[in-house]
Amino acid sequence: MTEKVIGKAPGLYKEFVRKGGSAPTATHYCPGCGHGILHKIIGEAMSDFDIQDRTIAISPVGCAVFAYYYFDCGNVQAAHGRAPAVATGISRARPDSVVISYQGDGDLASIGLNETLQAANRGEKIAVIFVNNTVYGMTGGQMAPTTLVGEKTSTSPDGRDPRFSGYPIHMCELIDTLKAPVFIERVSLSDIAHIRKARKAIRKAIEIQSQGKGYAFVEVLSNCPTNLKQNAEQTIEWINEHMEKEFPLGNFRDTSNDVDKIEKIYSDFSVESLDEIFELEKAHIFDTKSGGNYAARRLKVAGFGGQGVLSMGLLAAGAGCFAGHEVSWFPSYGPEQRGGTANCSVVISDDPIGSPVVQYPDILVAMNRPSLEKFAADAVSGATIFYDSSAGQFDPPDGITAVSVPTIEIARKAGSEKAINTAMLGVMIQSGVLGIGKTHFCEALKVHFAAKQKVVDINLRAIDLGSEWARENL
Amino acid sequence: MATKLVKGNSAVIIGALYAGCDCYFGYPITPASEILQDASLYFPKLGRKFVQAESEEAAINMVYGAASTGHRVMAASSSPGMSLKTEGISYIAAAELPCVIVDIMRAGPGLGNIGAEQGDYSQMVKGGGHGNYKNIVLAPNSVQEMCDFTAKGFDLAFKYRIPVIILADGVLGQMIEPLVFPKKAIEPTIDESWAVGGTAETRGNMISTIMLDFDELEELNERLQKKYELIEKAEVDHEGYQLEDASIVLVSYGISSRIARTAVDIARKQGYKAGLFRPKTLWPFPKDELKKLAKGTDKEFISVEMSNGQMIEDIKLAIECSAPVDLVSRMGGNLITVEQITEKISRIANKRGLK
Amino acid sequence: MVKTAEKKLTRPVINVLECKGCGRCIIACPKDVLEMSSELNERGYHFVKYKGSGCIGCGNCYYSCPEPLALEVHIVENDKEQK
Repeated sequence: MTEKVIGKAPGLYKEFVRKGGSAPTATHYCPGCGHGILHKIIGEAMSDFDIQDRTIAISPVGCAVFAYYYFDCGNVQAAHGRAPAVATGISRARPDSVVISYQGDGDLASIGLNETLQAANRGEKIAVIFVNNTVYGMTGGQMAPTTLVGEKTSTSPDGRDPRFSGYPIHMCELIDTLKAPVFIERVSLSDIAHIRKARKAIRKAIEIQSQGKGYAFVEVLSNCPTNLKQNAEQTIEWINEHMEKEFPLGNFRDTSNDVDKIEKIYSDFSVESLDEIFELEKAHIFDTKSGGNYAARRLKVAGFGGQGVLSMGLLAAGAGCFAGHEVSWFPSYGPEQRGGTANCSVVISDDPIGSPVVQYPDILVAMNRPSLEKFAADAVSGATIFYDSSAGQFDPPDGITAVSVPTIEIARKAGSEKAINTAMLGVMIQSGVLGIGKTHFCEALKVHFAAKQKVVDINLRAIDLGSEWARENL
Repeated sequence: MATKLVKGNSAVIIGALYAGCDCYFGYPITPASEILQDASLYFPKLGRKFVQAESEEAAINMVYGAASTGHRVMAASSSPGMSLKTEGISYIAAAELPCVIVDIMRAGPGLGNIGAEQGDYSQMVKGGGHGNYKNIVLAPNSVQEMCDFTAKGFDLAFKYRIPVIILADGVLGQMIEPLVFPKKAIEPTIDESWAVGGTAETRGNMISTIMLDFDELEELNERLQKKYELIEKAEVDHEGYQLEDASIVLVSYGISSRIARTAVDIARKQGYKAGLFRPKTLWPFPKDELKKLAKGTDKEFISVEMSNGQMIEDIKLAIECSAPVDLVSRMGGNLITVEQITEKISRIANKRGLK
Repeated sequence: MVKTAEKKLTRPVINVLECKGCGRCIIACPKDVLEMSSELNERGYHFVKYKGSGCIGCGNCYYSCPEPLALEVHIVENDKEQK
């Protein structure tokens, strides 16, 4: 004769030390509350699948905020509605873990609805156990997103009125519109027949996690003995006769037999891999001579988006590096760019660079008329303005030299109309205003267009032809 | 010393990856988006984890979750996004989780614009969210420091189990400068004494911020304050420039401090004894160092900040109002100009005879 | 092997202290072998009692009980080898 025992709540702590107090072996839940029933089912599944070491349970905000009193596994308590985001963070950081997010209706379907749907939509490797009892329990029985039409709560004292409060949200149905979830089921804890079905669904959701197969969602219709004033009989009637009509039970999806395990990815922290992804074999060692006697240059390059003005500034900054100077580059960004114009500031200096933003340039490159009009007035006395000849007639202010450059002609000769920026650069280099030798620009250009030898060649040619034009015309 | 021309925002990710950052969670926002973009490019190449979150709140709560596992994790955003994140940061501070959060400040209040500003100073330096907590706040002023401070942020975050904010701005995020790459890479280990890692060793651990018992919560608060005292003693960092004989002390951080430095050079050429005091840590604020500086001789301080005098309060508290403190400020996305500062210097110096 | 002198039967074992008296197990029992006490336990709740016979070990009471440690079901089986 042997004796088998059903009991002892496997997977739950034998004493609720974190709860403490005078009754450390009793839950903090009200008599008859479904949470305890559900905790036992989850704990039993963790124990049966032998995954307690791997499991991290997320306690929500609501009555189950203290779920970590009970689950004998790793526990993390989350902010209101954020459990799916917290679960995502955990599941991504720990590919081997089993993550169970336990949430109520206010938490999951109201304040955390976005997180709920998005985590489901990403197919996060988590089991979400959703306790729907149509009411905010912990805060005192307020209307929840799942409160039934006509149901009285402390914030719908005359019953939920859909004219002002809308209708109950159907979470399983919502989640069922998404492609990624593997398992979706609605169950109930009304009576023992339903509890046994619920047990099956929850075990399945957790088993899917133990197998690493993806997102599982179980909605559990439950009671609130205190706020909805339900005893055991009323609970059965309430859930079976009222809730179930609004929230039909059943399995919405189970593709667990058809899907593969989600591939686990482990992190690489080696310096070799880092140096490789950042292509440090192509990096340079610049011999920066702080405190040298190079007179600082403040360059502004402006034009239409697509004219390569940002690249041109970068090439100047790059050449400055190769020449051993301090450099900075700063672009116009955001909506300003999307308006079709772009500009950047470049500072080259032998002293530490203060502001990288050039307000008063001593070299201005204007690739179109609007840029010329916008920035020419800011050029300092003694400045040189290089502008694209397409900008038309321009009379520079006193003390300013202006050079009109037929960049398109030069670029065409070089082999691509796109090379107008490097054609202009060739002119500038030859003019000597930057005080940096051509070789440094060629070095910078090779870095800038690293992967594209053909582009390098065309642009080198454009620099040469620009320089040639400058020799003949300046 | 491998060097490349790198954007400030990109330097953040370089610093993070060499420092062993394992997870990135973010949401797009100008002018911080390149951080997110670079994370999406580089993290997966190393098997590290990247999620574009559905919201700023989700992103910071993913940080909370991943940080709970003891891994090195981060997020970045810009001012309006940081406002949204403060709930999560308060939880992270309460749970004593380590993480790095980068704020590429833009102009506010409200939606404001995407120009650079330093208007998040009070929000980040004083805590930001609800409750009695602090963040360590590091203020880089170059692309190199965007990388180095991010990496340092992880060390501090784990040394003290505290959120570390890298407080930068739109200019620092968008600008390109030469970056010397880190030579070493960190291979992080998990601290099993507190992390919840889904392992047998950490099964008994728990991360929570709810403490119903008043005394228990007060105890946590007191423990936090003790930790903050320790940090104030050990982690203050600042940089001085031309301070030895300075009678006019500019106090400035981030991009403003670079403009202020140029202003000091020009003022010196004009014959004014100007100097620059640059906090590298905004919390802990270098108050003892400032107080020392204010002692004795007749001096005047100028807070140079792209905000409405938010840092002035800390300067005044630090020097215990022993010297006047003025303000040079621009807001709305405008940068402070060198001229604005030098004019203020000459006006004060001439008025008070502080040559 | 020594056989126990006292013959134990399949039965629910109720931890009186942990019972909150919600009555869910009473409804769940197919054999109607549970009843509510008229007296209170130390924590002030009425508690469930076994009527003393008729338990078939179905486990319904255990799975419908919200308190993890309030109730267990002991099922006595005849071991074939010992027959």
